Amino acid sequence: MPDTAMTDAPPLAAAPASAAVPALSVQDLTVQLFRRDAPIAAVNGVSFSLARGETLTILGESGSGKSVTLKTMMGLLPARARIGGTVRLNGRSLLDLPAAELARLRGRRISMVFQEPMSALDPVYTIGAQIAEAIVRHEGIGRAQAMARAQALLERVRIPSAARRLRNYPHEMSGGMRQRAMIALALACSPDVLLADEPTTALDVTVQIQILLLLRQLQEEMGMAMVFVTHDMGVAAEISDRVAVMYAGRFVETGSARQVIRTPGHPYTAGLLASTVHGGQRGGVLEAIQGAPPDLAALPAGCAFAPRCRFAEPDCTTTAPPTVARDGGGMVRCPRAAVPA
Amino acid sequence: MSATAISTDLPLDPRDRGGAAQPLLTVEGLRKHFPIHGGLLGRRRATVHAVDDVSFFVRKGETLGIVGESGCGKSTTARLLMRLIEPDAGNVVFDGETVGSRTGIDVTAMRRQMQMVFQDSYTSLNPRMTIGESIAYAPRIHGLAAAAATARANLLLEQVGLNPGQFARRYPHELSGGQRQRVNIARALALDPRLVILDEAVSALDKSVEAQVLNLLSDLKQRLHLTYLFISHDLNVVEFISDRVLVMYLGQVVETGPVETIYARPRHPYTRALFASKPTLDPDRRTLEPPLAGDPPNPIDPPSGCRFRTRCAFAVPACAETVPLLAPPQPGPSGRAPASPDDPLHLVACHRAVAQAGGEGLDA
Ligand SMILES: Nc1ncnc2c1ncn2[C@@H]1O[C@H](COP(=O)(O)OP(=O)(O)OP(=O)(O)O)[C@@H](O)[C@H]1O
Ligand SMILES: Nc1ncnc2c1ncn2[C@@H]1O[C@H](COP(=O)(O)OP(=O)(O)O)[C@@H](O)[C@H]1O
Ligand code: SF4
Ligand code: SF4
Ligand SMILES: [Mg+2]
Ligand SMILES: [Mg+2]
Repeated sequence: MPDTAMTDAPPLAAAPASAAVPALSVQDLTVQLFRRDAPIAAVNGVSFSLARGETLTILGESGSGKSVTLKTMMGLLPARARIGGTVRLNGRSLLDLPAAELARLRGRRISMVFQEPMSALDPVYTIGAQIAEAIVRHEGIGRAQAMARAQALLERVRIPSAARRLRNYPHEMSGGMRQRAMIALALACSPDVLLADEPTTALDVTVQIQILLLLRQLQEEMGMAMVFVTHDMGVAAEISDRVAVMYAGRFVETGSARQVIRTPGHPYTAGLLASTVHGGQRGGVLEAIQGAPPDLAALPAGCAFAPRCRFAEPDCTTTAPPTVARDGGGMVRCPRAAVPA
Repeated sequence: MSATAISTDLPLDPRDRGGAAQPLLTVEGLRKHFPIHGGLLGRRRATVHAVDDVSFFVRKGETLGIVGESGCGKSTTARLLMRLIEPDAGNVVFDGETVGSRTGIDVTAMRRQMQMVFQDSYTSLNPRMTIGESIAYAPRIHGLAAAAATARANLLLEQVGLNPGQFARRYPHELSGGQRQRVNIARALALDPRLVILDEAVSALDKSVEAQVLNLLSDLKQRLHLTYLFISHDLNVVEFISDRVLVMYLGQVVETGPVETIYARPRHPYTRALFASKPTLDPDRRTLEPPLAGDPPNPIDPPSGCRFRTRCAFAVPACAETVPLLAPPQPGPSGRAPASPDDPLHLVACHRAVAQAGGEGLDA
């Protein structure tokens, strides 16, 4: 999506984004990583733009490049990574920012929730100390005041007996509680953009739905923009305004959650839906997609889905498929897509 | 497929003992508590009630699904059945023969007929063996000659949809997750088992690959006349593959019955909340309220009486005092059809859901 506002002088990072400037805008993002010395094409031209209060879900199978996309925005990739394109937070370009500048924004204007909170929380500090430390570092207020804020945050993410829980170490909490604490930490400085990388994948269903509803509510109250990553179609339906389906480092289909789930246009999206077991299919044969996702170290030319696609034609393996626009700003990256109005 | 018709059309297995009507597996009062040691003297400080008085049966040719949240005892149950760990109490009867008793079947003989597939496709395979060798390993140990074992491995690879010429000489790290899980299934089938325990066997796979493996499992079951115990936390997958289901909570069975009954008319408050927590797959009918608050409590020192009472919206004082036992659910309120018409297999462990004299029912 071309965005003319992008050429304006960047506003101060802390300034509340005006309606014209998206909270987050990503243009032609490419990321190349290295395994031993072989290059891996992890992200191959991703573009989207997100307004305040909006949730975009990136839906894709493992290895499709979801986490790498999020980590790029947080500046968390290995030093050897080769990054192309632009990422703008409230109009301000992130990728060419000095590391110290980015560190100031991280956790303050943009923050991230991970699948496994144990890896993101520090095992040797209490939950309260970690949240208070983040507040002190970014806002320079006193410790006592920061601790009071930490307690209010724990209450806000509905951790019972918040005052007592402040003194817990991460390992003293259950999985669901830890994920709430992780969310409290991420929200400590009211970021404009929240990146959530499969935050409920490791949780039980009864806890998962609690966390999804909590995120939905907090996001509404705080007017954040959220990029939510999942491999689960049902989770996407619960949380998203818009959905982007990712395959081999590209968005192959974007649209409203309703469009993508009800009337998928791309053969991969349709196949994913057909192979997602849902109620009432008992005893039948599932319409599985044959084969497996491609090796990102040796991506085929043309459409990366072609080796698995029932509708593939010779030109699919030679030229990059064009995108077909759909109502409401979405697109399908396949010339043979049955794009419903 | 009606529940009662499942096993009747099976050809008779030469290993069959009691005929089609005798369950392949009967489990009675299975229990496993893990002591937790700590402190200076390493004294027992607490006990994890991982599996507590669990009873169920699996009929010949059916798939019994086990669902429940993390830590409720699904894998411990599976490991007890395989005798990878010793039970504290309880009986396991395999086709009429008590496992490990002098008059019954010994563990080694039982393991030839009962095999298991785990979630983690990678760590269950020896990284230094080709997959052909891995599959041929058990048959070799059981006395098959090298050439015959290799032929058997190739046949099994073919059965799980992997071309032996292309795959037999590969090492585990040269396969995708879905392919490795096919190899694990082939390996579990190598000794021609009658019962296969699948513990989260498709949970680590991507959806598109999970569907392939589920189709493979259904196909193998039919072709090889297998019986499955299918453990998963994925309610949709369990509904897809199972004939009957067992719902576990904190080491106990809270409800069991035919899959249609349990999914259409669950009676235990936990089962209902569990199903209601499933994401809807419909952006226009999103979940508005979480059906349950809080996490599952710790299996160390579980609540007295009904273990679900700390999260149950229907709890009454009696729930803290007496342990609810599995029993047929009460009929629905007058004027409505009974909750489970002629369904003697449907059992629920809840004071307020079972038929009781003068009691206050859930639906009343
Ligand atoms: N060797 C052990 N020592 C102590 N506790 C154990 C041991 N094995 C299992 N447990 C505990 O027993 C309980 C049941 O564990 P189990 O692995 O059977 O759960 P599960 O239902 O398979 O869960 P999941 O869905 O996470 O696989 C858990 O609380 C677990 O921590
Ligand atoms: N630090 C890294 N070094 C090399 N390759 C990586 C690294 N992180 C991720 N990758 C590779 O990049 C691809 C995309 O990974 P990722 O974004 O983590 O996928 P997912 O969609 O499952 O989150 C995968 O092939 C993965 O193996
Ligand atoms: S571009 Fe060709 S191969 Fe790719 S999804 Fe469309 S039809 Fe299939
Ligand atoms: S026995 Fe009581 S606490 Fe347990 S599920 Fe039934 S009503 Fe709830
Ligand atoms: Mg990831
Ligand atoms: Mg388990």
